[in-house]
Amino acid sequence: MSKFLNATLFYALVFVIVGVSVFPFYYAVITSFKTGTALFEVDYFITKLDFSNYINVLSSPNFMRSVWNSVLIAASTVGFAMFLAVTASYALARVRFKGRGLLLICILAVSMFPQIAVLAGLFELIRALGIYNTPWAMILSYTIFTLPFTVWVLTTFMRDLPVEIEEAAIIDGATPWVIITQVFLPLMWPALVTTGLLAFIGAWNEFLFALTFTASESQRTVPVAIALLSGASEFEIPWGVLMAASVIVTVPLIALVLIFQRKIVAGLTAGGVKG
Amino acid sequence: MPSSPPSGMSSRHSLSAQRRRAAMWFLAPMLIALFCVAAWPLLRTIYFSFTNTTLTSLYDGKWIGFDNYLSYRKLSSGRVIWRGTLADPAWWNAVWNTVRFSVVSVALETVLGLIVALVLHQNFKGHGWVRAAVLIPWAIPTIVSARMWGWMLNDQFGIINDILLNIGLIETKIAWTANIETAMLAVLAVDVWKTTPFMALLCLAGLQMIPKDIYEAAKVDGVHPIRVFFKVTLPLLRPALMVAVIFRMLDALRIFDLIYVLTPNSKATKTMSVIARENLIDFDKFAYGSAQSTLLFALIAIFVSAYIWLGKVDLSGEHSK
Repeated sequence: MSKFLNATLFYALVFVIVGVSVFPFYYAVITSFKTGTALFEVDYFITKLDFSNYINVLSSPNFMRSVWNSVLIAASTVGFAMFLAVTASYALARVRFKGRGLLLICILAVSMFPQIAVLAGLFELIRALGIYNTPWAMILSYTIFTLPFTVWVLTTFMRDLPVEIEEAAIIDGATPWVIITQVFLPLMWPALVTTGLLAFIGAWNEFLFALTFTASESQRTVPVAIALLSGASEFEIPWGVLMAASVIVTVPLIALVLIFQRKIVAGLTAGGVKG
Repeated sequence: MPSSPPSGMSSRHSLSAQRRRAAMWFLAPMLIALFCVAAWPLLRTIYFSFTNTTLTSLYDGKWIGFDNYLSYRKLSSGRVIWRGTLADPAWWNAVWNTVRFSVVSVALETVLGLIVALVLHQNFKGHGWVRAAVLIPWAIPTIVSARMWGWMLNDQFGIINDILLNIGLIETKIAWTANIETAMLAVLAVDVWKTTPFMALLCLAGLQMIPKDIYEAAKVDGVHPIRVFFKVTLPLLRPALMVAVIFRMLDALRIFDLIYVLTPNSKATKTMSVIARENLIDFDKFAYGSAQSTLLFALIAIFVSAYIWLGKVDLSGEHSK
């Protein structure tokens, strides 16, 4: 009897956890199919499929431009960070030198920087470089969180690779560059995919820099576009359109996270760094 | 090097010297990049905080010492007027909001994350689906979740009010995000919802590292499960928990996006990051905002050092190897 009760309580708990996790997104999907006065009735199920909000979002040139901006910025940031991080993490993981521990701590410290602390300085730098209100402003500034994160995770990963393979290469006379590109890189694909994905998500979601370093609607990234989407007044927020836009930008992320969930969990715990 | 290459001492030396030289070249681009986007802007922010720079004339600022932080003027009547951030009630309100938010949200997330992790650690049917479902809030961008919850918490047409009215918990509809009393609750709810999965994942990873035979032994000895949890699981989970808590705490102390979007301009939720950006960009008090940013940075730096020192947290992972 008590066993049965325990099982029931356990599944009730599971049900609550799943319900709370999924419901807000489910409700956004329901809302995204509603227009006009239907929005003001609370429904728990989809009553009718009306795609006009989606058509509205997908045919809005500004929103599609934001999606393109976000893709471009996130991809470039990740590519740039990866390029610098692979060689740097080799040095940090496999070469013994003085001050290595301190350097690692410094890199970790950078990832802990509150973004606001560098905002004023970055603003000046971006103005001086003449890249204010261009994607370059974001590509530059996002390096502050994508680079330490990728270096950190790749370093922990490389540290765990067996010494033997590297020794064999050294005996064959391979230079460090050859060791990285020929020996380690082929072994690192899983780690590269995970860190790349996590850094991509981080860049895709970033808000403070994107809000501060853009001025015109056509330069906005997706989070800024969604945050600033409003109607004629505060009381006329187009909730249906807003939810459709939210669903459109969230579905690819949820799909990616679910496909790669094992790798992501491994990457998060290796880095212990924020997602 | 654990094993030596075939040829003698001198070539081994030159080999490791060559490796160290290569390492420097590999590290240099990354260090230069980090200097440009992190160290330099930080130094400039700190510098600006000692000047009277404005947004429109970034280079015309004059050095004014600590005036942005604290200064006083004695009036002829003998009254003393204090000025600067440290004498600004709005700043202390933001400090209090930040601290309140961080402590409560991280505490709730730790407890709930641990519960979710303990559930996920069990073997049951549909385990994979539950884990996938738990990850969904984490996958949703913060801004999007702020907007989704903003709609659910809407005073007139929101589903939260509808549910609470139906089950009789409230009598009238509540403007959750606009009300001074409930705005912080709304922010906390959304943040806890959004970041508990992260906590749960880190806790789960910690749980999976605890050897199973400890539990077997406890079971054989007939120890009560709750006792096992507090005497075995929790102490062994401590290192993982300590790391998870500090990362969440750092995130919470610098929170900006959720509050900016969910409760715009609410005095009850404005945090240090929000008020600093407001001064920097919106109010054209660039130097004043820089001073507030610097203070937030100092607060976080002190907090992290104290935490690592007091908690003996091994963040670099060098010692566990």
